[in-house]
Amino acid sequence: MTKQKLVVVGNGMAGIRAVEELLKLAPDLYDITVFGAEPHGNYNRILLSPVLAGEMTLADIVLNDLDWYKTNGITLHSGKKVTKIDRVKRKVLAGDLEVPYDRLLLATGSTPFMLPVAGNDLPGVIAYRDIADTEAMIAAAANYTHAVVIGAGLLGLEAANGLRLRGMDVTVVHLLDWIMERQLDKTGADMLQASLEAKGLKFLLGKQTEMLTASASGRVGAVRFKDGAEIPADLVVMAAGIRPNTALAESAGLHCHRGIVVSDTLQTFDPKIYAVGECAAHRGTAYGLVAPLFEQAKVCANQLAQHGIGRYQGSFTSTKLKVTGIDVFSAGNFSGGDGTEDIVLHDRNGGVYKRLVIEKDKLIGAVLYGDTADGGWYFQLLKEGRDIGAIRDHLMFGDAFANNHVGDVGHSGALKTAAMADTAEVCGCNGVCKGTIVKAIREKGLFSLDEVRKHTKASSSCGSCTGLVEQILATTLGGAYQAADRSTKPMCGCTDFNHGEVRHAIRSMKLLSMDAAFKALDWRTPDGCASCRPALNYYLISTWPHEAEDDPQSRFINERAHANIQKDGSYSVVPRMWGGLTTPDELRRIADVAEKYHVPTVKVTGGQRIDLLGIRKEDLPGVWQDLGMPSGHAYGKSIRTVKTCVGSEHCRFGTQKSMSMGVELEKMLFGMWSPHKVKLAVSGCPRNCAEAGIKDVGVIGVDSGWELYVAGNGGIKTEVAQFFCKVSTREDVLEYAAAFLQLYREEAWYLERTVHWVQRVGLDGIRQRVVDDAEQRKALHQRLLYALQGVVDPWLERTQGVASHEFAPLPAPLDTNGERHAELA
Amino acid sequence: MPNWHKVCRLEEIPLRGSRVVPHEGRPIAVFRAADDHVFALRDICPHKGGPLSQGIVHGHRVTCPMHGWNVELDSGEACAPDHGCARRYDTLVEDGEVFLDL
Ligand code: SRM
Ligand SMILES: Cc1cc2nc3c(=O)[nH]c(=O)nc-3n(C[C@H](O)[C@H](O)[C@H](O)COP(=O)(O)OP(=O)(O)OC[C@H]3O[C@@H](n4cnc5c(N)ncnc54)[C@H](O)[C@@H]3O)c2cc1C
Ligand code: SF4
Ligand code: FES
Repeated sequence: MTKQKLVVVGNGMAGIRAVEELLKLAPDLYDITVFGAEPHGNYNRILLSPVLAGEMTLADIVLNDLDWYKTNGITLHSGKKVTKIDRVKRKVLAGDLEVPYDRLLLATGSTPFMLPVAGNDLPGVIAYRDIADTEAMIAAAANYTHAVVIGAGLLGLEAANGLRLRGMDVTVVHLLDWIMERQLDKTGADMLQASLEAKGLKFLLGKQTEMLTASASGRVGAVRFKDGAEIPADLVVMAAGIRPNTALAESAGLHCHRGIVVSDTLQTFDPKIYAVGECAAHRGTAYGLVAPLFEQAKVCANQLAQHGIGRYQGSFTSTKLKVTGIDVFSAGNFSGGDGTEDIVLHDRNGGVYKRLVIEKDKLIGAVLYGDTADGGWYFQLLKEGRDIGAIRDHLMFGDAFANNHVGDVGHSGALKTAAMADTAEVCGCNGVCKGTIVKAIREKGLFSLDEVRKHTKASSSCGSCTGLVEQILATTLGGAYQAADRSTKPMCGCTDFNHGEVRHAIRSMKLLSMDAAFKALDWRTPDGCASCRPALNYYLISTWPHEAEDDPQSRFINERAHANIQKDGSYSVVPRMWGGLTTPDELRRIADVAEKYHVPTVKVTGGQRIDLLGIRKEDLPGVWQDLGMPSGHAYGKSIRTVKTCVGSEHCRFGTQKSMSMGVELEKMLFGMWSPHKVKLAVSGCPRNCAEAGIKDVGVIGVDSGWELYVAGNGGIKTEVAQFFCKVSTREDVLEYAAAFLQLYREEAWYLERTVHWVQRVGLDGIRQRVVDDAEQRKALHQRLLYALQGVVDPWLERTQGVASHEFAPLPAPLDTNGERHAELA
Repeated sequence: MPNWHKVCRLEEIPLRGSRVVPHEGRPIAVFRAADDHVFALRDICPHKGGPLSQGIVHGHRVTCPMHGWNVELDSGEACAPDHGCARRYDTLVEDGEVFLDL
């Protein structure tokens, strides 16, 4: 059977979302052809603002790359504009291309409205709609000074903010008396304007543009207003509104009125032709935000898949302004009118304004400025048209307050969406169940993963439930939830820089101490916090070995005390047994120590050595002294263990000497600090008794040499190590393993295991630098050896008195008469 | 009347660190912040009793090593969102000597 042909005009957010939804439902029903006038794949138009603001790059905002089209068998004509639809012969024309269709989907989006004033076609006058516009603005910011943005709506303000951040002198011109009048009332708008002015934007309100005049170079030079005033402008951005892009549909004779008119099934007046997105008018409304467009896409896909059960009934929309550091939320009918009532809270000094519009015991609109935490909840009440009579008195104080007063109103809606029971455990580490998380999100107005971690402890330990917690956030907050992106996220609340930027700065500015870093990077807190300090300390000492100061006070207690703290405040001691090997003498000493210090538990660990658990801190130096064995670093973000199997030394299958190989590796790496812990294993043959397949570096002996595997992980989420390369000699094993680990040490972010680092940066690039490029490999190897030069065993040092204050309690205090305070037994 | 007891010299406490002083069978943690302010709290975290002395000191706060609660050094109060309080003691630094009011 030949497939039906689906042609999509418009390679944007709505059209491609419809295709994605369709592929989920009926992957084989259609041969799909997509036309896009822009010369790109599908990208996230919303994020053009963060790109302009310099918070993201164009590469970050790609939604579907060319591979996606290929893998899904979609023919993409990018950079091709459809110029004609022949409805009789059922085909579309784009230049000399003719493509027949059985079904046609129009998703042509909007066109920006250019003010019909003289000079609107001068060079330097643009709209703000696509990648080309964004690039033009970035280029203008690099070369010119004065920008004028016409229109103080969402788009205009985001453009102005971005241009300002790029150093331009920006004036926002608006026809009306207050900004964002379609989303905000006057009070909210005034507060917003004040915060934007504080960021350096200038505003000219109630101004009508008369014409744009050219400078000597022929580029735009000034904006002239009806009242005769004139301001300089090297760049003019028109953000005065958008119009549904209906030209193509109209030329094909399709009924259009404020958009291509569609039914609840997203069909136009020609039932073979569908329309979704900003170009479509449904029940008289053309939407300009993605949430409703995605709902349309879903219904449209359902129809195209011939399920025929989906109906689109229109959407409520809510708005957030994407200017970092400014919180604005609005939804529904916020200006009120006949028969409506307002509840208003206005704290000008505190920078908070809230207005709720109510009609007949229903919330119909909300404006929030400064504190938008309850936005999601209000939006939910509004969408569901819930009767708020019973909570009316408390409504203004948000979900938490209102709910404490009337049982569980407000909880039921969100919980229906997810199948998990309230009592189901989400975080196994901290024993947090779903109900607790949902409650915390709503009552405390949590918006981010970090906040949930802080308030409930869920996902704060091993992190394996992170995905679940994010889902709960998303269902609980609805559209108000935006997942954080670790690569752009600041390291912690003390700074706006992310891990990559901090690493880079430490290297390029040659920062050698914690204080130098705080100063050079403008840390917000005088001496950081428990989250950034250990990371900074690691970055300093790994970037500048033998030069940067190691700060013990910035290390977690385990690394400061060189032992693992236990739940009762005692410590565990795991001496190193190179490659898992030990001797009768060592075992005898361990036994003696266990008896002498009354060690409650002696355990064989999963790392092929022995753990003495439950030792008092003040006994640690004595225990180490009596053991006479080096530290096993079982407590550090450091080299942990190199597990080995018996290998060809004894085993009848062994092809290589895995024990001595393991010992050599472990000796080479002794004392190595790393972004997270590092574990190796060496097996003597592919039977792999040392479990090399789940290690950061796994080595497997074969007849002709050694196979190296990297980035395995046996912990929270088991990840099988990936084949890295094959080498022939023991020296090679040392060199390749060292080079891989050194690259990890230099480039990974703190608390990133090798597997996560490799997932982030890609194994190919690492292989190029370590395997293919011998020079780089040798250099990396040498840098690791240099960093480890002169490493001393921390236990040995401490038995000789180093850091003795760490272990010795102070004597009981003396009172003024020189008497010791009575100690109870 | 404060009942001052001499504990140690200031430099015996590491900067951004702490020492433990025995007291009636229940240790007291004496902290020295980066600005040389000295604080004393009973060495028992208001969460689950973890040893605050073993935490990371930043500003006038300490982060408990057990589950990461932050505790204000001057009041012993847990920082929001957590609730609870560790007992605090008055401290005095005179001529480089640290005193506790016991
Ligand atoms: C002692 C030992 C368990 C045992 O009795 O066998 C152990 C004990 C702890 N592990 Fe482990 N792990 C031990 C082998 C392992 C292994 C097995 C191995 O190394 O072959 C794994 C999986 C392999 C791996 O890491 O890929 C393992 C995966 C973890 C993880 C998860 C790491 C991950 O990236 O997913 C953590 C949590 C973390 O590091 O953040 C962890 C953390 C811990 C901590 C340090 C938790 C803590 O911070 O207090 C435990 C200390 C207990 C204590 O009170 O002293 N432990 N842990 C093992 C010590 C081995 C050694 O000789 O050094
Ligand atoms: C800077 C900016 C910030 C925004 N911020 C937000 C926000 O925070 N939240 C929010 O919800 N929304 C935001 N929006 C709006 C959102 O991006 C749009 O609502 C959404 O992209 C519309 O999707 P669409 O598929 O209908 O149109 P588009 O994404 O514009 O896609 C239409 C595509 O069709 C192509 N096309 C048109 N005619 C033809 C033709 N004849 N032949 C071939 N191709 C054609 C166009 O080139 C375009 O690529 C923002 C928009 C911009 C510009
Ligand atoms: S030893 Fe490891 S697996 Fe066992 S409880 Fe502790 S962290 Fe969990
Ligand atoms: S005991 Fe201190 S945070 Fe849990």
